[in-house]
Amino acid sequence: MSFSPAVVSAVRAETDNSRTLTLDVDGWPGHLAGQHVDIRLTAEDGYTAVRSYSIASSADSKALEVTVDKLVDGEVSPYLVDGADVGDRLEVRGPAGGWFVWPGTDDRPVQLIGGGSGIVPLMAMIRSHGDAGSTAPFRLLYSVRSPTSALYFAELMRRAVDDEHLRVDFAFTRETPPDWPTPPHRLTRDTLEESVYPPEDMAEFFICGSTPFVESVANWLVDAGHPPERIKTERFGGIGVSP
Amino acid sequence: MMTADNVLDGNAAAGPLLEIFSVDLTAAHGRCDECGRVCALAETVLYNHAPGLVIRCVGCDAVLLRLVDNGTRAWLDLRGLSYLQIDRAQ
Repeated sequence: MSFSPAVVSAVRAETDNSRTLTLDVDGWPGHLAGQHVDIRLTAEDGYTAVRSYSIASSADSKALEVTVDKLVDGEVSPYLVDGADVGDRLEVRGPAGGWFVWPGTDDRPVQLIGGGSGIVPLMAMIRSHGDAGSTAPFRLLYSVRSPTSALYFAELMRRAVDDEHLRVDFAFTRETPPDWPTPPHRLTRDTLEESVYPPEDMAEFFICGSTPFVESVANWLVDAGHPPERIKTERFGGIGVSP
Repeated sequence: MMTADNVLDGNAAAGPLLEIFSVDLTAAHGRCDECGRVCALAETVLYNHAPGLVIRCVGCDAVLLRLVDNGTRAWLDLRGLSYLQIDRAQ
């Protein structure tokens, strides 16, 4: 599999710093929740840059949507967030990744834990779970700075109300919505344990966020008795180096 | 993943490996030839700012896989892996 031409068919602001792009790719085969695509941009002088972005859309939708958070000093994300317009052309390789995926084929409990923009592949799982009418117990713990920097905040609140099989917990680290029951707090070993399924529920864990976030959370879970083989992780960094 | 100005785990090697292999190798479990640790390639450490990809063991940091692809020819070095266990598609 190599890169295929793609056309930006819609753009939607998510937060001040992020945007969702819908990409049309001829013959797009669909994807599994949790997969990503590699996006390649080519400059007029032939210089290319490739970056990976998680797919945000439901596996049921067949649409390819990626949510991109703008990185300071990024080479690709500033264009995707501030520059790209409907009709723009780029190249896409994927869907890629067969590990950090929720195939939606069983009813085991699933615990999702996202830090910041690490919510994106988890959102694809939540949307797929909802669209398929899955009765697998789903729980999300989303650690994020503030309501305005939270991706999909309104949709998550709505889905949590509408879907009895989905529970959503937020850990706002700097600022909460007005009248929020808990003050801003960082996720710790103790607050984590209060917000996730206990080991006896045999849940499968998906953790996505920055490397320090993912490693802290995964280590706390293992210490609390969750088997490492049921914990899947996806880490990202943010240093501006091209491949 | 949203990344990747410098991606740090093996999940992000999925695309480049799909250029060569028809199955996803990041879900395959590999054994580090140096320390014996077995894990999914997705869970390894990925350096992509070399002229290619370098995947290292999370346990001992030994190089497991190197891939350089210039578009017309690819070089793949798997010396650091004793084996790869690939689950066949159902």
